[in-house]
Amino acid sequence: MIPEQTQPIRLAIDMPQSASATNAPTTDTSAPSPADASQSAEELCIEISHFNAWYGSFQAIHDLSLDIRRNQVTAFIGPSGCGKSTLLRWINRMNDIVPTAHSNGTLRIHDLDVLSPSTDVVHLRRQVGMVFQKPNPFPKTIYENVAFGPRLHLKLRRGELDELVEWSLRKAAVWDEVKDRLNAPALGLSGGQQQRLCIARAIAVGPEILLMDEPCSALDPASTLAIEDLIYELREQYTIVMVTHNMQQASRCSDRTAFFFEGRLVESGPTDDVFTKPQQKRTDDYVRGRFG
Amino acid sequence: MLSMLAMCAMATIGITIGIIVMLVTQSWHFFNSEYVSVTEFLTGTRWTALQSKNIEDADFGIWPLLSGTFRVTAIAMLIALPSGLITAVYLSEFATKKVRAVLKPTLEIIAGIPTVVLGYFAVLVIGPSLQWMTDGGFDAFNATSAGIAVGILCLPMVCSLSEDALHAVPRALREGAYGLGCTPFETSVKVVIPAALSGIVSAFLLAFSRAIGETMVVALAAGTQATYTIDPRTQSQTMTGFIVEMIKSENEYGTVQYFSLYGVAITLFVITFAMTLIGQLVRRRYRESYA
Repeated sequence: MIPEQTQPIRLAIDMPQSASATNAPTTDTSAPSPADASQSAEELCIEISHFNAWYGSFQAIHDLSLDIRRNQVTAFIGPSGCGKSTLLRWINRMNDIVPTAHSNGTLRIHDLDVLSPSTDVVHLRRQVGMVFQKPNPFPKTIYENVAFGPRLHLKLRRGELDELVEWSLRKAAVWDEVKDRLNAPALGLSGGQQQRLCIARAIAVGPEILLMDEPCSALDPASTLAIEDLIYELREQYTIVMVTHNMQQASRCSDRTAFFFEGRLVESGPTDDVFTKPQQKRTDDYVRGRFG
Repeated sequence: MLSMLAMCAMATIGITIGIIVMLVTQSWHFFNSEYVSVTEFLTGTRWTALQSKNIEDADFGIWPLLSGTFRVTAIAMLIALPSGLITAVYLSEFATKKVRAVLKPTLEIIAGIPTVVLGYFAVLVIGPSLQWMTDGGFDAFNATSAGIAVGILCLPMVCSLSEDALHAVPRALREGAYGLGCTPFETSVKVVIPAALSGIVSAFLLAFSRAIGETMVVALAAGTQATYTIDPRTQSQTMTGFIVEMIKSENEYGTVQYFSLYGVAITLFVITFAMTLIGQLVRRRYRESYA
């Protein structure tokens, strides 16, 4: 891992030109125009450049560069095995628990060099919460699930903890459904409620970024809609990166979309542009459902 | 063909019923004897079935044998439960492939040691070591050396059953904990072990039953005197140890002394049966709230 310390932080520039050295040229469909004030105000949150990742000798991500902006929902789309989940799991170093996983390049959250061996992953994961494909509440009560993270990191008095639990559950839009049974086992909730509980659990530790790995793929349509609404609201306070297989979902609730194919970033930009006027033929084929 | 399979399956039920019938009818001869009262059996603190040739002098109070059994079992559990669970957590959560490749077969070797060998190990190594360390504070045959050997015996069982339980905890739960900023140690103590609790508790209960029923080690190492005490340094005949001694002794079939072994056997059976039932209840209870 060679962190590129000298590289200046780029603001609102999605794709560095050097990434086009690979055989899958990438295009930024959203070169910011001076007329667009809201675009230029967007603040960079996660900066990825020339990032490569492997599992053993298999290279899952090739020379990938992408900037993720603050307080936006960024959707990663692409067929299975295209590297989108791998990238997500490097942002909070979740891949540390996979012994064969390794990577190089730059992955930076503000000033923090994520890939550096000296990075405190416990601290990193407090900043970068994660929500998984299948709801995974702990086999504890609803209250204990949300209180788990704060108990680990903060010394709170009982009353403060109660407040934090309520705040988190309200934020995750599940408070009204569980307020009367906070001491009931979390596994007794429905799948959609469990997933919102997991979101509450993640935001209780006060992260800045939320990573969501196909958060609705195990849920029914009604629960999916509830989670999508929630994601859309949460972006006011959090930077959200979401992996999804569902193109409608990406177009419904993301601000920007990045399309991955075979470990490379093909195209990224504002969601509307990627879906309505993609620059690459492969993106066009994928969003129209011709493959994948 | 199907009836053959059914018959094989029925055989286990038949065997169980046969054993229970045998225990009840034989112990009936004991409890029905004019020299024995059930009250004395259940409350008495002297057991001299082997020492008294004359039936009038014999005392049949189960507590010395019970206390011997529980002294040995307690020491065995003190050794097997913590080290078994810690080894299991280490194996399932932390050990590298290399360490596993050495540790797992080693545990299997311990599991494969004949109990008579462990019994002699207790008599020839553990007992003398204890005496040497305490300057003769221990009897040559004592509850502690037998307990340690029984603990070694139960260790692989506690370890492999607990490891299975830990292994069955879904990866998603571990990732959830890591995702919230848990260290690997916090993940296993705060999430994985609680999630595997039902399996761990039933592993503990099985080991407990195994220790209570263990015979060869205690027959060799725990001594032949039934003593009613909590002192683990003294001779401590256990229920199983007594049964062995009685069968080997010169008491003839038909004497009250001889039938007393069935009284002890049915007590042992009731205890282990109760442990099995408790194990089932615990498992069901925790499974409801945890899975």
